[in-house]
Amino acid sequence: MFDFSLFTNWIHSFLSSFMPEWLTITTECVLIGVALLLTYALLALFYIYFERKVCAAFQCRLGPNRVGPMGLLQSFADMFKMLIKELISLNHTDKFLFALAPYLVILASMLAFAVLPWGNGLQIIDFNIGIFFLIAVSSIGVLGILLAGWSSNNKFTLIGALRSGAQMVSYELSIGLSVLTMVVFAGSMSVGDIVNAQDNLWFIFSGHIPAIIAFIIYLIAGTAETNRGPFDLPEAESELTAGYHTEYSGIHFGFFYLAEYLNLFIVSGVATLLFFGGWMPLHFPGWDGFNAIMNYIPGVVWFIGKAIVISFIIIWFKWTFPRLRIDQMLALEWKYLLPINLFNLVLMVLIVVYGIHL
Amino acid sequence: MADTQEIIAKLFPQATFEEGDILTVEIPDAQWHDLAETLRDNAELSFDFLMTIVGMDWVEKMGCIYYLTSTKYNKRIAVKVATEDRVNPALTSIADLWHIAGIYEREVYDFFGIIFLNNPDMRRLFLSIDWKGYPLRKDYDASPETNPVPEDNERQSDFTQVYTRDGEGKIECKEERIFAENDFVVNIGPQHPATHGVLRFRTAVDGETIKKIDVYMGYIHRGIEKICENLTYPQTLHFMDRLDYFSAHPYHHCLCMTIEEAAGIEISRRAQVIRVMMDELSRIASHCLFIGTFCMDLGATTMLFYALRVREQILDIMDKTCGARMTFNYECIGGVMQDLAPDFVDDVKALLKIIPQNLKEYDKLFTGNVITKNRMEGVGVLGREDAISWGVTGPSGRASGWACDVRKTTPYSIYPELDFEEVIRHEGDSMARFKVRMGEIEQSARILEQLVDNIPEGEYCVKVPKVLKFPVGHWFRTVEGCRGTFGVYLESDGTVNPYRLKLATPSLPAAAVVDSLTRGDKIADLITIGGSLDYIVPDIDR
Repeated sequence: MFDFSLFTNWIHSFLSSFMPEWLTITTECVLIGVALLLTYALLALFYIYFERKVCAAFQCRLGPNRVGPMGLLQSFADMFKMLIKELISLNHTDKFLFALAPYLVILASMLAFAVLPWGNGLQIIDFNIGIFFLIAVSSIGVLGILLAGWSSNNKFTLIGALRSGAQMVSYELSIGLSVLTMVVFAGSMSVGDIVNAQDNLWFIFSGHIPAIIAFIIYLIAGTAETNRGPFDLPEAESELTAGYHTEYSGIHFGFFYLAEYLNLFIVSGVATLLFFGGWMPLHFPGWDGFNAIMNYIPGVVWFIGKAIVISFIIIWFKWTFPRLRIDQMLALEWKYLLPINLFNLVLMVLIVVYGIHL
Repeated sequence: MADTQEIIAKLFPQATFEEGDILTVEIPDAQWHDLAETLRDNAELSFDFLMTIVGMDWVEKMGCIYYLTSTKYNKRIAVKVATEDRVNPALTSIADLWHIAGIYEREVYDFFGIIFLNNPDMRRLFLSIDWKGYPLRKDYDASPETNPVPEDNERQSDFTQVYTRDGEGKIECKEERIFAENDFVVNIGPQHPATHGVLRFRTAVDGETIKKIDVYMGYIHRGIEKICENLTYPQTLHFMDRLDYFSAHPYHHCLCMTIEEAAGIEISRRAQVIRVMMDELSRIASHCLFIGTFCMDLGATTMLFYALRVREQILDIMDKTCGARMTFNYECIGGVMQDLAPDFVDDVKALLKIIPQNLKEYDKLFTGNVITKNRMEGVGVLGREDAISWGVTGPSGRASGWACDVRKTTPYSIYPELDFEEVIRHEGDSMARFKVRMGEIEQSARILEQLVDNIPEGEYCVKVPKVLKFPVGHWFRTVEGCRGTFGVYLESDGTVNPYRLKLATPSLPAAAVVDSLTRGDKIADLITIGGSLDYIVPDIDR
């Protein structure tokens, strides 16, 4: 596989050849920031288009097809519309918190981008508690949602925010435990190590039954974590109009909207990382010819492709299932997913201890 | 009929009787509550279903006509109660006997200013609280100066009134709070995606749990009953499209039937068949829309499109024949406006072919889903007794085990000749209400199958005099609309305009029952229950 660290190291040495150390690092940070923002925006636009097309296909419609060829420019048009819309300021709201909330939400999803394994060596930061960092920063999002609901001074947003709080805090457990199951299996919290450990075979295949159970639970909890149907209670349209972001307009609303789609990507990306080898191509032990052919497909394509397939499954959920009720949703987590998850963790530990995996 | 009259005459010697197709009893107000109790509880009478309360202003006196039905013996009776006091008219409330009576009495109070003593909630129902005058009174001043269009926000009250008579016979008014002082009241509606129109639920919640709902109606009250009093009979027909716009055909059918009976017009068999076919087509379209919107309320957006595909096909059929996709205004006095479109039969056959496979698809996608079951089963259970007491008719009533299909109980038009089943379930929950409608689509398709090849030749509309005048009298007719029993009360004073036209719609009870069904349930259940009752707001407000 092509190692991107060659490329990044070359940039580093090139910059430091004529710049002092501190300026090099600053320039690199700016470059990364720009690249990140660009990826972020492009991915969000792609996802919006993707979801609209997929949903249209499910609903026997065509979806966007007027702006650009096959409606490809539709989401760009939407974005510009969003950008030039007025930010309506409301009376009797906590202005500071109201403005802060969307940034917190978008910050959380952006930070999570830092540890995603885009390709071999193409990772912003790879440190030994990468997974831990990921779980930690993705929990910041709920703070933004709670603030948004609270500061809007609206009963609907408040109910939406409280629902969201209950939901995220509950499902974080499931995410955490299923991630933990895989960390136990990989024996490392470092994202790079986890990906490299799947060089022979992806964890979903090598991890036996506990890996499959963990994947299913992760997928359910991940859907809940992104506030998407059938877990879209915080913004349940038919109940709370738009839930916590009812009062937002313009680009502030756009931030929530972007963050929702990016969270979808992050959840799929982490699933890819933990169960489907991150950027690692599909390898089977012993199939050397096959493995070599697979290596010709770049890692970035593997990563994004796998993430999109998983996102497709999550989108499929949304456009098929009706919404759960709040008590049913909490019962699902605390009565079913959590015990199964704990049991699964023990099972995984046993498998690792006795070494009965592939 | 005779025994009903005998029983009442024995117990209430003051009662006077008026024979007709429906026995009418007139009773002084003092005995009314006792008579009502007897009518409901006497095993030989058991008039347990209050169909409607028609407020009346006979100029020399004011009062109400109560239409009651016995679900056991399938009999109807009308009771007239009147008062001569025009300044402070007051009657005794029967809100303690029938749940729905409280709401109907509020409507009468709203339009006639008749106070019902002991009604626990004697507010206006449709008009705003600062409305001056009572519009359906014959001496009402309708000039715009009396009630100018308000320029500021509508005034709201957290209080309701209860009127009682004290020991000396004087009427006392007591103010009572609608919600407790510290209740967290969420305002669901009038602009809300799940209320299906401009209806408003003031919902007191404790966390996610609903404590009480105050249904606030009247945002699109157009005073159709009042308008009709100034129109000729053929003109009144147009408003039937604008009540429950999905039941436009059945509603038209009902008013046409009433007028034709009053005027003694016989219509041709072809017109009868066309009317029934249109009724059943609208029933399928309406239930399809119900399935779609109900599923969307539950978050299953995809189902909406699946259901609307069938409805679209029906609307195309309607479009070809009636010239419109909604507000058809197709039935007229004496038959229908114009003949069927040439490809009507083929279109209906094509529709009948796709319905079974579509129903199967709905079941596969939605009905069997475990989330659907959790959301709907056991949610908003309405028992049979309660359904009757609340007057919840139509598919919602039949889901509670109450055989209330007017097409079966008091058949009209050509329904007695047709072979179809009344879909009845006994669970009474939201799932049952959903399944009853699914079943009714099948039954309507069955009716259409029987008729589509047997549309007789003949004239589609008989000659009717330009100016219609009836003898003095009153008529009450019901049909099975898509959402339940629709009744028309028509009183004629011999002129070209109706003296009183009362429209008894099925959506009003359906909206009124929401409060009692949702108490103790979650906010999400309010959406499920409201959706499954399938009320249409213009049908509530009129």
